[in-house]
Amino acid sequence: MFTRRSAALAAAILLSSPALLGGASAADKPTDPQIAHIAYTAGVIDINAAKQAQKKAKNKDVKAFAEDMLRDHEAVNKQALALVKKLNVTPEDNDTSRTLSKQASDKLAELDKLDGAAFDRAYVANEVAYHKAVNGALESQLIPSASNAELKSLLQTGLKIFQGHQQHAEHVAAELK
Amino acid sequence: MPGRVCSTAMAVVFATMVVPACAATVQITMENLEISPNDASAKVGDTVEWINKDVFAHTATAGSGDFDMNLPAKKSGTTVVKKAGTVEYYCRFHPNMKARLKVVP
Repeated sequence: MFTRRSAALAAAILLSSPALLGGASAADKPTDPQIAHIAYTAGVIDINAAKQAQKKAKNKDVKAFAEDMLRDHEAVNKQALALVKKLNVTPEDNDTSRTLSKQASDKLAELDKLDGAAFDRAYVANEVAYHKAVNGALESQLIPSASNAELKSLLQTGLKIFQGHQQHAEHVAAELK
Repeated sequence: MPGRVCSTAMAVVFATMVVPACAATVQITMENLEISPNDASAKVGDTVEWINKDVFAHTATAGSGDFDMNLPAKKSGTTVVKKAGTVEYYCRFHPNMKARLKVVP
C-alpha cells in the first residue's frame, strides 16, 4: 500500500507542480533546460534504485531486471548528455527535479530496511509505479512542452523504452506472486 | 529480396539437374524500439539476420520458445528458421516491442 501511495504522490507531484508542469498557459511550461534536468534526474533515480537492487535482491529475475534498468538508463542518460552538449544547453535544476530526488532518497532509505523476498517485491512494485508516473509525465507534460526537436525525439525514445520497462516490471511483479 | 537472386541463377545453371534449395537471408531491423518489418516472412531453412541499430540491448524471443536471440547494442545476430508456422516474438527487455515472423514450408 505504501508503495502505491508514494507512487500516486510522485505522479501527483509530476503532474501538478504548478510552476512547472501543471500550468495551462505557455509561460508555465517547463523550459528545455528544465525538461533536460528532469529527464536526466529521473534516469539517475532509477540507476540508483538498480544499484541498490543489485546489492540486495535475491531473486534472479529481479537481479536481471535491475541489470537491465542500469544498462538502459545509463544508455539514455549518455545520449541525453551528448545532446545537451551538442545543443549547448545547461540542464537547469528546478522544483520538480528536487521533489523527485527527495522522494527517491526517501524510497531508497525505506527499501534499505527490507531484505530478501520483501525487498524484491517492494523494489519491483516501486519500479512499476515509478515508470508509470514518469511515463505519465513524459506523455502529458514533458514531450508536449519540449521545443527543441531533438530533445523531443529523445524524450519520445525514452518514453518507448520506459513503457517497455513498465511492462517488464509488471511481468516480474506477477512472477513474484 | 536480393537473397533470392541466387535461386534464379542456379535454376538457370542447373536447369537439367535437381535444383538445390537456396536459402535466403531475411533482414529484420530493430531501431528506435521498433521492429521492422513488423510482419516478416521466411521459408524453412532461411536465415534471419537480426540487426540491432539501437544503443540499447534487445532480444528476439519467440513466444513458442523456438528462438531466443540476444542482441547487444549495435550488434547483429542470425537464426536459421527450421519450423513452418507463424511465430510471435518480442524483446524480453522491452516487451512492448512485438512482431511476427511467418515461416512457410
